Amino acid sequence: MNSFAGSDLLLQITYLIAAVLFILSLKLMSSPKTARQGVWAGELGMLLAIIGTLLHHGIVDYRWIAIGLVLGSIIGVPLGLVHMTAVPQRTALSHAFGALCVTLVGTSEFYLRAPNVPPFMMAVLSAEVILGSLTFTGSLMAAGKLEEVLPQRPITYKGQNFVNLSVLCLAILGAVVLILHPEQMHLFPAILGISLLFGVLMIVPIGGADMPTVMSLLNSYAGLSAAAMGFVLDSKLLIIAGALDGASGFILSVNMSKAMNRSFSNVLFGAFGQEQAAKGADGQEAKPVKSATPEEAAAILAAASKVVIVPGYGMAVAQAQHKVRELYDALTKRGVDVKFGIHPVAGRMPGHMNVLLAEADIPYDKLLDMEDVNPEFPQTDVALVIGANDVTNPAARNDPGSPIHGMPILDVDKARTVMVIKRGMSPGFAGIDNPLYYLDRTLMLFGDAKSFVGDIVRELGGGHS
Amino acid sequence: MVQSDLLTDLYVFILAAFIGFEVIRRVSPLLHTPLMSLTNALDAIAVVGAIILAGEGKSFLATILGTIAIVAATCNIVGGFLITDRMLRMFKTSRPTKS
Repeated sequence: MNSFAGSDLLLQITYLIAAVLFILSLKLMSSPKTARQGVWAGELGMLLAIIGTLLHHGIVDYRWIAIGLVLGSIIGVPLGLVHMTAVPQRTALSHAFGALCVTLVGTSEFYLRAPNVPPFMMAVLSAEVILGSLTFTGSLMAAGKLEEVLPQRPITYKGQNFVNLSVLCLAILGAVVLILHPEQMHLFPAILGISLLFGVLMIVPIGGADMPTVMSLLNSYAGLSAAAMGFVLDSKLLIIAGALDGASGFILSVNMSKAMNRSFSNVLFGAFGQEQAAKGADGQEAKPVKSATPEEAAAILAAASKVVIVPGYGMAVAQAQHKVRELYDALTKRGVDVKFGIHPVAGRMPGHMNVLLAEADIPYDKLLDMEDVNPEFPQTDVALVIGANDVTNPAARNDPGSPIHGMPILDVDKARTVMVIKRGMSPGFAGIDNPLYYLDRTLMLFGDAKSFVGDIVRELGGGHS
Repeated sequence: MVQSDLLTDLYVFILAAFIGFEVIRRVSPLLHTPLMSLTNALDAIAVVGAIILAGEGKSFLATILGTIAIVAATCNIVGGFLITDRMLRMFKTSRPTKS
């Protein structure tokens, strides 16, 4: 009665081994030393499961399977070779692909089985299709925003949450009716369409700074939809893989929402992005700031014994990570202790900044997360902020009126000297003024991150040319 | 499907979620990006369902949708593992090189 049901013991054992390998794979990810073995364990598990399935007796025709596998590999290889700055949009795209697969299988299963679907089965089938399709369009939207083919600016309007929630409720309502009256098959395409629409609406109010949270959330949804598919097909392996992915996305979402100081329920319904526009750039009066030239900056850095570099997405945009590496080399050569302080939401997805710095050959033991680096700032001579803004804003700590009040930040203002590389005085993405820039100990280094860091390196006499 | 099968599946799901929480909590924030691409590749085990759908030939619709699903999932498997490994290869420590 079911293609997965256990007639074939050998196949089931293969799936069991694959499941163990998957769990092992994630366990090995706990440390950079063993992480690559984790990938190999995952690959082995995947290979076993696919070969096992291909030998399954139920399969009568291999032609379409072969076409699918070959075509998928042809598209998959270039997607695995993208540049590291493009990893967030690639990941969003892969969430979309995963969700597409789940949705298509769910749709086929519905039309193969309907109308004789028992209530519980219809419930998981609906969950699979609703989650799958909203993740599909949502992830495509996110990928479009990250790739900048869609406007990155959040689009918000009054009553947006209400509209979005109503649309989602409509899809769920349709599913409930279908569970009670499985013969109402025409409801199925409607549920599918509404969920696809919800995916789009969900991402419309999202701006660049919220991307790490959204990516995590979509990751979680993709996992849950795959787990629902596992229920439909009675495949324990798929349930396990989906649950692992769902748990992973959930943990990352919680981390990200904490780092953005948003309540988790706020994040869960995708109902964010609005609050940011609340307080605009009202502090337009020109407050005095101190600025410095590359020569002066280089002299201060050379005299320091402990430097913490705080990179943000601006560093990635300016492609400055390789120049930052040269700066790291030049300072390390002079005996300066250089570390990097990385905020959880720096970049466009969780951990993005670490990957970019690792790509530039900066050793990972110098990359510290927020909890580890914050106690070090009071002993730090120079905190150098490159392309980060809100995550260094002391208003989050001490101004209850600030829209980002309560958000955990990197305490760069506790360092003896703060240097901020910035294009100009315009407030950052969120439009919130940063009191850090007006501190006595702060020096503004105006210019493009890449060329400014390059100039400092030249002054220090390191680097190439 | 029998009711007890569904219950067993529910057990599997809940236990796997607990394992997931415990294991993934220990992953360093350093590796959160490769973690996401790895879980995404593992998720593409959904290809197994798509393969059966496309191979059983129960209906034309199922075959076509199954094939597209195979393409999408294979993309994630190949691309996902590839990029995860590329990222992890870049993570080097300073200790062995500095003496």
